[in-house]
Amino acid sequence: MDLQTLFEPKTVGVIGVSLKNDRHPANVIYNKNHLRYPVKVFPVNPRGGMLRGERVFTHISEIPQKIDLAVIATRAEQCPEILAECIQAGVRSAAVISGGFTETGRNDLQDRIAVIAREAEFPFIGPNCLGIYSPDHVDTFFLPTERMVRPEKGGVAIVSQSGGILVDQLIKFAEEGIGLSRAVSIGNKALITELDLLGFLANDHKTSVIAFYLEGFGKREGREFVLAASKCPKPVIVLKGGKSPGGSKAVSSHTASLAGDYESFSAVLSQYGIVEAKNEFEMVCFCESLSCYQKSIEGKIGIVSGSGGHGALAVDACFKRDLPVPTLSEQTVKEIRESLSPSVQLIASLGNPIDLTGSGVDDDFVAAVTSLSRAPEIDCIMVLLLPYLPGITSDLGARLSQIHQQEGKPLVAYVPHVEKYRMLIEGFELNRVPVAHSVEGAVQMVEAMRRCRSC
Amino acid sequence: MLRKESKEILANSRDRGWVLEPEAKHLLSLAGLNVPKYVWVKSFEEPARFVNQIGYPVVAKVVSPQLLHKSDRGGVVVGIDTDAKLEEAFRQFSAFEGFDGILVEEMLSGVELIIGAKIDYQFGPMILLGIGGTGVEIYRDTSLRMAPLCQDDVQSMVSALKARPLLEGYRGTEPVNLGELTLMILAFSDLVMELEEFVESIDLNPVMCSADTCVVADARIVLRKELIPE
Repeated sequence: MDLQTLFEPKTVGVIGVSLKNDRHPANVIYNKNHLRYPVKVFPVNPRGGMLRGERVFTHISEIPQKIDLAVIATRAEQCPEILAECIQAGVRSAAVISGGFTETGRNDLQDRIAVIAREAEFPFIGPNCLGIYSPDHVDTFFLPTERMVRPEKGGVAIVSQSGGILVDQLIKFAEEGIGLSRAVSIGNKALITELDLLGFLANDHKTSVIAFYLEGFGKREGREFVLAASKCPKPVIVLKGGKSPGGSKAVSSHTASLAGDYESFSAVLSQYGIVEAKNEFEMVCFCESLSCYQKSIEGKIGIVSGSGGHGALAVDACFKRDLPVPTLSEQTVKEIRESLSPSVQLIASLGNPIDLTGSGVDDDFVAAVTSLSRAPEIDCIMVLLLPYLPGITSDLGARLSQIHQQEGKPLVAYVPHVEKYRMLIEGFELNRVPVAHSVEGAVQMVEAMRRCRSC
Repeated sequence: MLRKESKEILANSRDRGWVLEPEAKHLLSLAGLNVPKYVWVKSFEEPARFVNQIGYPVVAKVVSPQLLHKSDRGGVVVGIDTDAKLEEAFRQFSAFEGFDGILVEEMLSGVELIIGAKIDYQFGPMILLGIGGTGVEIYRDTSLRMAPLCQDDVQSMVSALKARPLLEGYRGTEPVNLGELTLMILAFSDLVMELEEFVESIDLNPVMCSADTCVVADARIVLRKELIPE
């Protein structure tokens, strides 16, 4: 199955537009694509007529051009027939937005559309989903444009079993400056599953990190998924919803009781080097970190701060996650000490964490980060920046990022996320250095890099 | 490939839903796992020859198709070192519902581990390694992997246990034979891949691991309800 036309269609038919109700999901989808995306969109409704001065086609087969993507937003009962019509008309793919299938007990309807599509090798996403958002290409979400928060374009693809979680993650991505390549809501996944999308995204040159929100796999699908993900050259992140067991099941053996559904799920992900985000915050931090760094590390962190307290909190968070914060070698300490400004030289504490104190200036941070970049005992640097200190300027983000670019060692930063410090944050982010909005978040970013491999 | 003998054991157990301990041990030994020397006897006179051969102390366990969790019901007596004690155990066990003889085994020593398997709906065969004994579900010190396992998987499973120092020699105790343990887990993983269609879960608990060897002291094989072996 070729999924390319789902993500980058040139022609789109929106089936089920209303001539009376402009807030109908199909109308929202038609309007946003018509006005904002580089696709030719055709509205379809069996009654025909005109919509915003454009002809409404009574059938998809009437449209004079070959349709790459049909967006189907009709009542569920009409879907099998419409899908068959699309196939007949040579449409290349579809997104079935309509609800009213297995989620309401209509397994028969869902089976029918799956069988029709499978026989014709016709790819469709859904049903009961938002479909696909490919920045600058197409958007089948039935959410009015002005209500959506769109992240910048970038390398993270996110696939979600829940449309709500997906849209929410997009807001968080936008807040954190995480770039998006594709967003997919797969709904009831009657035909296209996580496994198919993993296959597509692994080869998608716009995507460098693949994130999934999922609630569960079908029989043995989990096995296929992890085996495929372990061969994927890009980091794969999974957040699972529904971890708690649904009621107590009687189990006849210790193993069955100890190896519950979620325990197995979590163990298998880590066995195959798939990064499991335990909650939505980790999901965001992991996506941000792995979109900048795809190489796995041991996580030997060197911490630089201008405050002893920040260093202490960071070490605590590292300890909790079993991330080593090694003692710096005498040579590293000597090198840093010699390159600090005279007033800081006397008062800085050069353990790990390094505390450059409230008197530290940009040059001191540059000196410490440069030395850590060359210290073999460290494989990752965390800078906890307090932009309110008098010696820190908004240039520091870009200057430290430059060291990372020259020396190649992963660097993560913490900067309080308020508008006032935006330039400092952008100095990092625009140079592809991830910035967390909490100390804990910075530690999670390092953990992502460590987890991203087979254990 | 599963041996004919093993398939027969599974087929004979299907109505009960689980495999009797002596038969489970036979099936495991066919797959290359160490089990203790044992006799399954129906009368008290029979174990004499066995005891003469291996000597006391021995363990006695009740065999009953109606008793899946025998230690919960007092169906296991360890450290039997005289004929009188063995006779007493036999007398006690004969009163159990469904009594089908007793299992007399050599006593084993070492660290108690659990090696288990579960056929997971989403991931298929899974292998569990942990600190065993009757307290497994209290300590919950286990690691889990999707089968089939390779040698590196086994190493990482051992490393993931909190009680790893107990296996590597703690405060003067000898380390357990990790080579033997690895071989046992790998053989078990292969067996589980072959049993996938037939079983729901397996507990080898405890597996007694010492500096010399690892032996399956007790085994519980729970069969799948819906699918029946040929």
